[in-house]
Amino acid sequence: MNHWSFVTAAYSVALLATAGLLAWSYLSMRKAESAAEKLKRPE
Amino acid sequence: MHRFANPARFLKIARPATVWLFVIGLILAVAGVIGGLTFSSPDYLQGETVRIMYVHVPAAWLGMGGWAGIAAASIAQLVWRHPLATVAGRALAPAGATFAAICLLTGSIWGRPTWGTWWEWDGRLTSMLILFFLYLGYIALASAEKERGGEGRIAALFGLVGAVNLPIIHYSVLWWRTLHQGQSIGVEGSSIDPSILWPLPLSTLGFTCLFGAAVLMRMRAELAEAKVEARMRRAAAE
Repeated sequence: MNHWSFVTAAYSVALLATAGLLAWSYLSMRKAESAAEKLKRPE
Repeated sequence: MHRFANPARFLKIARPATVWLFVIGLILAVAGVIGGLTFSSPDYLQGETVRIMYVHVPAAWLGMGGWAGIAAASIAQLVWRHPLATVAGRALAPAGATFAAICLLTGSIWGRPTWGTWWEWDGRLTSMLILFFLYLGYIALASAEKERGGEGRIAALFGLVGAVNLPIIHYSVLWWRTLHQGQSIGVEGSSIDPSILWPLPLSTLGFTCLFGAAVLMRMRAELAEAKVEARMRRAAAE
């Protein structure tokens, strides 16, 4: 393997994990805030 | 700090701060990554693999910074019983664990062409792995306490005790001079050539802002979940 294979692998790990963390945080926030909003509204 | 003890006041600041941190973080991280991959010079010894530094160093800093944040939140919880401290600790843990894992994985990938091995039980590598396991332990403890309706005091104590590992990680390269290189960036300057160093502050600041955005989103999720839970309990009692 040449040097660029290692560089590509390291950047893929870092960027995918960061994107995954942000996506999970955003989706869990949206889910929780919309559930709280639904309870606030009168039925 | 006590001014933000009121969750409503905190949310008023957290909502726009989440967006700003995400946008600024994304711009800086992309600039740092592009600069690191294309415009910076390769190292005369390590060649192109030195470019792994632009994701590995921010991840190491955020893995350690996340636990420092947990320790600060633990003090705020145990001493002042700050209502947002438990929420902050629980929100910091997954983000810190993610960056500690990124640090370990990118370090291992960097180690193969540089040292000729994916892993060595070196002081720095081992203490960083311990930090990752501490994060997993904290997440498990905090979740168990949340489920039992506890105040999170056991997790806070664990967060404080775990902070002992931070100076061990920092000084590991001085105490056990085995495989990992010594400190190359300090308060007084850096031993890295400026032609290689310049994208590092960009990527570090960018990933730090993205880390902040993820923590704020988790805090907002925790607060909304607590609100729903409180309403459901009230409704059940009526």
